[in-house]
Amino acid sequence: MSELRQSHGPAGTQIMSLGAARGDLVVSNDDLAGPIDSSDEWIRQRTGIIERRRSSAAEGAIDLAERAGKEAIAKAGIKPTDIGAVIVATISNSVQTPSLAALLADRVGATPAAAYDISAACAGYTYGIAQADALIRAGVAQYVLVVGAEKLSDFAKPTDRSISFLLGDGAGAAVVGPSDSVGIGPTVWGSDGSKWDAVGMDHSLKEAFDDPEREFPTLRQDGQAVFRWAVWEMAKVAQEALEVSGISAEELTAFVPHQANMRIIDEFAKQLGLPESVLIARDIQTTGNTSAASIPLAMHRLLEEHPEASGGYALQIGFGAGLVFGAQVVRLP
Amino acid sequence: MAHTTEEVLAGLAELINDETGISPDQVTLEKSFTDDLDIDSISMMTIVVNAEEKFDVKIPDDEVKNLTTVGEAVSFITKAQG
Repeated sequence: MSELRQSHGPAGTQIMSLGAARGDLVVSNDDLAGPIDSSDEWIRQRTGIIERRRSSAAEGAIDLAERAGKEAIAKAGIKPTDIGAVIVATISNSVQTPSLAALLADRVGATPAAAYDISAACAGYTYGIAQADALIRAGVAQYVLVVGAEKLSDFAKPTDRSISFLLGDGAGAAVVGPSDSVGIGPTVWGSDGSKWDAVGMDHSLKEAFDDPEREFPTLRQDGQAVFRWAVWEMAKVAQEALEVSGISAEELTAFVPHQANMRIIDEFAKQLGLPESVLIARDIQTTGNTSAASIPLAMHRLLEEHPEASGGYALQIGFGAGLVFGAQVVRLP
Repeated sequence: MAHTTEEVLAGLAELINDETGISPDQVTLEKSFTDDLDIDSISMMTIVVNAEEKFDVKIPDDEVKNLTTVGEAVSFITKAQG
């Protein structure tokens, strides 16, 4: 009887390129303040958001994903057919099945790549990078397209004061491929389902369907509980990601946390004690919170504004509904 | 070592000053965090976490919602110290 073979890939992986797509509409705080009896000043003070990008009715999460994905593939200099897997991190696919990833693979010409979605909310992109790194090193795929894509405005309630006014629409994409040196450090990830209720949908689809009085489910959160967890618990995760990577805070070029809220980003940076030299991504100011898309969007922008950062190390960390989290140190493309 | 009510109040006033710039003499037992001191929910949580560290107590998320006045927070912390 023959012995089974196993596949093996290269020792190192890297993010080769990024792509970005933001919603086609600019939505100001004043546009949203009325139904929540609020003001531009109130929203800015609590979130740091000046405006957010949202998509018009004609633009879906798949369209954003396609734009971001095509940019990343073109910049990587590979053929779409070289891609062995397409992973989409999203919470805004409008159907339970099929996946957004299968459609995306077809739209970008990556057929017949393996394609699947990840449901890890705002940590989804870091989960995707962890999987892409593992798939390539295991020899399962040579190149992997990882996309965080969200049209969160479909799940925002104009009268909700807990989260809706934070939300934006966008997609960020990365092509992950082989590397002669290590470009993606070990992932620190996990979950805490005891806080399942802290952030998520206000009720289930079935409840909405069974009771005509119920509205379409939308997002809501216990902001205080999430804030505490996102800063003080996630600071420990970020520290651990640095330790397992063998990189000190002084060696970082950039810190790219999930763009949840500027107050979280500011307090997070304070808790980590990052040196002044570290660039801190603050894309939330004009993009809003785009869940799984926020890290690649923020990194893409940081590299546009600071092209000299390319080749340096960035600490990226995603955290959100589940609760779930993922962090890794990556080399900036 | 357990802190007295006066010590907890003074310590809390210091933490509130660090976070918001509110003068410590404004922080008195009857004041409401939101209505009188205008402290928002995010600043409140930062103060809570810093108070946990300063006084070596645990203030669960669910409990934070019940602490509407400075006096209630001081009382909770004093009792939680055992």
